[in-house]
Order: sequence, then C-alpha cells, then structure tokens
Amino acid sequence: MFQNDIDITPDLISRHGLKPDEYDRILRLIGRKPTLTELGIFSAMWNEHCSYKSSKKWLKTLPTKGEKVVIGPGENAGVIDIGDGDVAIFKMESHNHPSYIEPYQGATTGVGGILRDVFTMGARPIAAMNSLSFGEPDHPKTRHLVAGVVAGVGGYGNSFGVPTIGGEVRFHARYNGNCLVNAFALGIAKRDGIFLSEAKGVGLPVVYLGAKTGRDGVGGATMASAEFDDTIEEKRPTVQVGDPFTEKRLLEACLELMKTGAVVAIQDMGAAGLTCSAVEMGAKGNLGIRLDLDRVPQREEDMTPYEMMLSESQERMLMVLEPSKEKEAEAVFRKWELDFAVCGVTTDDLRFRIIWQGKEVANLPIKELGDEAPEYDRPWVEPKTAAPLADDAIPAVNDVGAALIRLMGAPDQASRAWVYEQYDCLVQGNSAQIPGGDAGVVRVEGTNKALAMSADVTPRYCDADPFEGGKQAVAESWRNVTAVGGDPIALTDNLNFGNPEKPEAMGQFVRALQGIAEACRALNFPIVSGNVSLYNETNGVGILPSPTIVGVGLLPDVTKMATIAFKADGDEVLLVGGHGSHLGQSVYLRDLHGREEGTPPPVDLTLEKKNGDFVRGLIASGRVTTCHDLSDGGLGVALAEMAMAGRRGVRVELGGLAPHVAVFAEDQARYLIALKPGDVSAILADAAKSGVSVERIGTVGGDAVDFGPAGKASVTDLKAAYDSWFPAFMGGKA
Amino acid sequence: MRSAVVLFPGSNRDHDMVKALHSVTGIKPTVVWHQDATLPDVDLIVLPGGFSYGDYLRCGAIAARSPAMLDVARKAKAGVRVLGVCNGFQILTEAGLLPGALMRNAHLRFVCKEVKLEVTNNDTDFTRAYAKGQVIRCPVAHHDGNYFADPETLARLEGDGRVAFRYAEGTNPNGSINDIAGILNEAGNVLGMMPHPENLIEALHGGFDGRGLFESVATSLAA
Repeated sequence: MFQNDIDITPDLISRHGLKPDEYDRILRLIGRKPTLTELGIFSAMWNEHCSYKSSKKWLKTLPTKGEKVVIGPGENAGVIDIGDGDVAIFKMESHNHPSYIEPYQGATTGVGGILRDVFTMGARPIAAMNSLSFGEPDHPKTRHLVAGVVAGVGGYGNSFGVPTIGGEVRFHARYNGNCLVNAFALGIAKRDGIFLSEAKGVGLPVVYLGAKTGRDGVGGATMASAEFDDTIEEKRPTVQVGDPFTEKRLLEACLELMKTGAVVAIQDMGAAGLTCSAVEMGAKGNLGIRLDLDRVPQREEDMTPYEMMLSESQERMLMVLEPSKEKEAEAVFRKWELDFAVCGVTTDDLRFRIIWQGKEVANLPIKELGDEAPEYDRPWVEPKTAAPLADDAIPAVNDVGAALIRLMGAPDQASRAWVYEQYDCLVQGNSAQIPGGDAGVVRVEGTNKALAMSADVTPRYCDADPFEGGKQAVAESWRNVTAVGGDPIALTDNLNFGNPEKPEAMGQFVRALQGIAEACRALNFPIVSGNVSLYNETNGVGILPSPTIVGVGLLPDVTKMATIAFKADGDEVLLVGGHGSHLGQSVYLRDLHGREEGTPPPVDLTLEKKNGDFVRGLIASGRVTTCHDLSDGGLGVALAEMAMAGRRGVRVELGGLAPHVAVFAEDQARYLIALKPGDVSAILADAAKSGVSVERIGTVGGDAVDFGPAGKASVTDLKAAYDSWFPAFMGGKA
Repeated sequence: MRSAVVLFPGSNRDHDMVKALHSVTGIKPTVVWHQDATLPDVDLIVLPGGFSYGDYLRCGAIAARSPAMLDVARKAKAGVRVLGVCNGFQILTEAGLLPGALMRNAHLRFVCKEVKLEVTNNDTDFTRAYAKGQVIRCPVAHHDGNYFADPETLARLEGDGRVAFRYAEGTNPNGSINDIAGILNEAGNVLGMMPHPENLIEALHGGFDGRGLFESVATSLAA
C-alpha cells in the first residue's frame, strides 16, 4: 500500500537530489512537511535540468532579441519569421546522461523529446540534426556507444519521418565517461498558427493525450542533474523507452486537432512528465490545476501517485481543451488509436492539486513551484587558458600531401558516411543539401525558399580558452550557414559543461557564455532557444566544455545554393580572408604531432562579418555556386573535401609561404570559392572595394590536391583514407 | 491518370509519393485511409514508404491485414496497377500479392544512400519509359530491404522477366538475392520495389531518374 505521509528523512531528501537548504526552502514555502508525492514533485521541478538553477543568472545575459525573432527562450522552442507568414520553430536539447547509460534508448528519446518540443507548438518538423561527442576511439565503451547512439538517432527519426540533414561526430578522451548526445529539430508553421503552453480560462478540461503512463524514466531529470560514478549501471531503470510509431501518430493527431480550434493550450510531457507540463501550463496562465490521477491512462498496474507524477514515459501531451470541441477532439485521437482522457481541470486557486483514489495527495502553490526554485550564483574562477605556442615549437613536415592524407584518415576528419547513411536524409522530398557539406538545407514546402542549418562547436578550443571557444562556436555556425548562401537569422544552443559546483568548471561556463554573447551581438545572431546540460563528469573528470550551436538561416532562392564540390576543371579557386598562420590547437598539431597545445585561433568578429557578408552576396547574386568554409585542418582539409566531393583535383600555388603553416593553419573568417576564370577579375575588384582580402590561389583540375613542390595528394588516396577509417573502426579494425 | 495513395498509421513517404504523382501526372492523387474498405476507382494504387505500425511484428505484416488491403487485392486481381515502394513493397509481400520476403539488411543497419539500378525488364507498365539495361540513379532508405525467395520462386521470377530492377555496379545496399530491387507479380500489374523513385524527380533532388517510372504508368494507360 502506498504511504503518502511518511517521515521525510534527510536520507530521503538527499536521494531526491535536494540539498538541506533547498528542503528548508520547501518548508518555508508550504509551511509544513511535504508528503512523499510533494517531495517528488519538488525534486522534479527543482533539479538542475528543469530549473536551470546554476545557469539562469548567466543565461539572462545572452542576446535573445532580433527583428526576426517571434518567440525567444522560455517556450518549448524558439520561433523566427521566415517571411510570407511562415515561421520556423527550432530547438536543441541534450540527452547525454541517459545515452551513456543506455545508448539506443537514450538517443531515441532525445530525438523524440526535441521533435515533441517543436510540434507541440503547432509546427510540422521538417529537419533534424545532432551533435555527438564520444570518448577516444580505443576506449572500451566507445564502439558500443557509437553503434547504439547512431542506431537510436536513426531508429527514431527515420520511423517518425523527419530527414536528418546534418550534424557532427567527434572523439576525445575527455568524453570517455560522459558522451554527449545533442538533438536538434526544426519545424514550420504559420505565424498565426503557433500554439503555446499558457493555460487560459477557469474550469476548462485538462486533457491527457498520447501514450499511456508507465514506470519508465521515474526520476530521470534528477539522474541527469548529478555526476556519474561507478554505480552508473544501476541507473538504467531511469532511462525512458521511445516509440517513434506512437510519436508519428501523436504528431498527425496533434496537427489535426490544432486545426479544429479545440486547443486552448498544449504542452508536451518531457522531463518530469505530468509534473512539469501541468505546472508549466498553470503557472504561465496564472491558474491552478487539479489532476485526477485515476483518469490518467496507465500501462502498468498499481502505480502510485508518486510514480505517475515523476514518470517520464514518452509520447505524451497535456492540453487545455475548448469544451465545446471535446467530441471532435476525441474523434481525432481515436482515429489515430491514441489515448484521450480528460484528467483534470483549470482552477482559480493557483494550487497544484493531485487527487488519487479520491484522496488529495499533493496540494502545492503552483507558481512558486517554478518561480521560487532556488537560483544560485555559483562561485567561479577565471578558467585556466592554454599558453601560446612559440613559432619555433611548431614542427614542419616534408610533404604536405602525405600529411593531408593522414589528416583525412584521422578519427575527427574522416568521413561520417558510416553514421549519416543510417539516417534518412531524404524523407519529405525537400532536402536540398544532405550531410557532407557545410550546412544542411531543406526547402520550405511549396516555395522556392529554403532553410540552412549547421551544428558546430570546437570543444578543444573551448577547453584552451572558453571565451574564444564560445565565440568560435557561434562564428563557425554562422559561417557554415553563410557558405551555402543562407542569411543567418538566429540560433539555438546546447550548453554542455561539467560540475557547476566546481569553480573551475563554472568559470568555463561563464566565460564560454560571455564569448557566445559577444559573437551573437557582433553577428546579429540572437539565441531563441536552448538547453543546459551540467554535471557531465565521471569520477571527477569533466568533459571538454562543449557549447553546441545550431545556427539557422534563410536562403531566399534555393536554386542559388552553393555546395562544396568543385564543379568543373579550369575553374579558378579564390581564398577569402587570406592565408593563415595560427597552428595552436590545430588538428595538424594534434593528429600529426600528438600535441594539444597552444591558444585557439582568435575570432575577429568584425572581419568574420565582413568576409561572410561578402561571400553571401556573391552566392545570392548567382556568381558563385562553389563555396566551403575553412575550419578544422584549414586550407588543406577544405581543399581535400572540395576535391573529393567534386571528384577532381586542384593545383594550388603557395608562393613563398611555409607550406605546413599555409596549408594547415586554422585562422577563422575564411572561405574558399571556385568560379569561372572569366569572373575572377570582377570579383577581385569587388573585394577590393569592400575591403575584403581575396586572392587567387589555384585552379581546379587534375587528379590530385597538388601543392607543387610542397607535395601532393591524389584524390583517390585522399578518398581511400577518408572513407575507410569509420567503417574499419566500427568493424574493430582501426 | 487517376491514382490513390493508401495511408497507414506510420506511413511517412505518403507525402513524397503524392507530390511525385501530382508532379508527373498533373493530377493530385486521392489519399485513402487504411480503414476504408473500398478504394476509389483509379488507374494506379500506391502503397507508400514508411514504418506502418512502427514495423512492429514484421515490416508490413499488420498493414497487410487492414481493410483497405482487401480491396487492393481485389482490384489487383481485376488488373488495376498497384505500386508498393519500400514499406509498400513489404506490405505487398506480406499480403501475398508478391512472392518472397524482405529481410533485415545484411549489415543489420538502416541504410539511406543513392544506388544504381539496372532496368532489367523495360517491357512492363512501370518501366516502359526506360531503355532495357539502362542504369539509373535512385535513393534507398530502409532497414529491411534484403529480398529473399526460395530457389524455385527465384527461378520463376527470373525466367518470366519479373525482375524489374536490379541493383547495379556493385551498389546492392542490403544483400538482396540476385541483386533484386523490384519485382512484378505474374500478371505484371503489381510492382514492389525498395528504392524511392519519388525522391529523384526534380532539380532540387539532383536528378530526374525517378520520373520515368511514373511516366511509364501514365503512358501505358494512354496506350
């Protein structure tokens, strides 16, 4: 028999992830001891994952406003205006902790959760992306995690029917104990068809939609707000199980329902399921909510109110219903063979009341549950930054061609085809650019416009200098959107860091956010949604600071989109932004010399904007259709990727520059473009007028990336190295 | 050409198919809910791709038993052309309208990529617009596309020219026996294929090779 009024011991409080002073706060707030169900509700609302208690102070400093921002952070996802009455709705969210414990289910439910965040607002998801970080390749857990996470991402998105059009995969020892799984989704809606979670009207039915409630995921959000240790395997029952088939029906049913006018407010059940969704709807609408748990569809027997309130069963929604439409609404859900149950009512008393077997098992002040959550100004120290490299400490190589082949076959540069071929990137028929280029691009159905998006962060830069690394993550995403011809509009972020209770880790968070904010302001690139994942530590070792950025931009005319592939022999190759010299934290140093040293390349945001605007203008005017940004591995890796994609070589003249520096420097704000020889002089003249450094560096042709006397790499050899690493690794041969 | 696309819970390339049929034939197809026991009178019935019933039990097994499929079987017997793509192909084999089975891909992973298809038989209502032996580009996206049939069935399929498409140039993505990508029923009015011609029909897709299939059906009706 379930005992709701049990003694709340310090041990019980601690097992709910609540600190003693947080419990005192609860006592002050409600003026009595909580019941067990109430304690569970507080733990669900006040954990780091749901309350952002360590990060809120700093998140408030981020730029979130812009001309095209319709809805910024605070809703299920951010909303931007993309013209013609259309809006794009998008967000990224982490599922790091569950994916490490149970990779397939952790990843599927990460994808499912972010898709729900988008369609709960009335948008049909039209694109998905992800950012995955794993431990070093030879760590015993890495293959298992890669296989499970990739299959899980695909397993959910493919069945649901959303194209996964891009992402990133990296390896580093600092993720050995904590992998990162960040899932992004973007949907399209009409500007006047956006649905929100704010409840309106007293005495209206609260309806439960979707799948039944089970015991899976009880306490998941609390688990995700703690460090890991060696007892990690015991946490497996806190991971939820995904069912994309139900989610697909839930999507179709919700979109059909929204057309009927039956939806007053709607909120998906994500972390802390019924609790968070009900409190969110009530608190936002200044209303109380009473839930009758006996009416909640249940998939298991004898569930307690505690379990029901904390279950994270997937594919569920809560809605406030326009009562006159009840029959019509129910018919939609019956058609899709989903549960539809009136299980509560909105009230005017601002209380969150839970009824179970006729008894009230919780009665809490609804607004305070969210608003009065603890907020911390965590102590932080200026994080250690790496020392600059002395010029004479950088070794040269004899043959940059051979070096380039080695780099293309290294774990972080090798082809990700093994991964993305497991994702359906074509479903819906609007994919204009699939994984392998600078950004994913999808056409907006029925129009000639398209949305470009790119997931980026360079964690090794962030670790060496969180401020510059934060700037760089934003700049690179902006640059990638630009490189396909997109006009960058806004971004979503997924801030993955270590334990905020450690001043050094908190310092990384603070400084990275300051860098992000500075770049957002300089590039007019506001943040409209996001997620924070802290406590990514195991046995005291934290991840590399990893603030993933997904930037989104608009291509007014998709037929003008640029791609990275060289198109024709004889085309001239121009370098925008000039030759580089910065080798600190480069993949050249790391993968060829085994050294992770130096400062990351600084980002000159003024230059970034100037160069990017120039390139975008060239693409928009139809003069350039071949473009690639320079990032990891600099000029050399960019040339190799363009050559492999176009299946043709390029001859490059380096003049008197030191080849290993010119070829592998990772200086920012740079692009390669290729165009017909006859167009070169006009573009050089335009560049001079705009004050942008553009120089002719080579010609497309031949069967190698050929640096003349400095060495060359045949496209065949590059491709062999590039294509073979991942399959060999997963097959146990690398 | 009038066409209908049957929608099952979990179908997800219905939309792509509707767009392709509309684009090629100029007429928007009717979308039929799987619970409808009678399909409209059309020239072509299409079972689209996706994950009907989540691919639970076996791919296509549950959808094959839906009310609409009884009428699809009746109409197929009466000579109406039926096309099943991907999950639609799986449903057709589960419904007994096509022989053989689609097993899990040999490498056990979902695969989405472009492959090459040889038009093995162009003397069919679905392939007339192509040349015999022509190699076309076409994307695939599936987890269970590994075609298998017993030796006797296989010999009949091959002997009767009922293999419409074969993976070519070493691009078999799933381990299908004899590189089979698409097969016909005995009467030649039912085609099942794993690849997605509906995803290669316009400049945005980077090619038009898939159009020929829909053009073939339209032409064969006009003839």
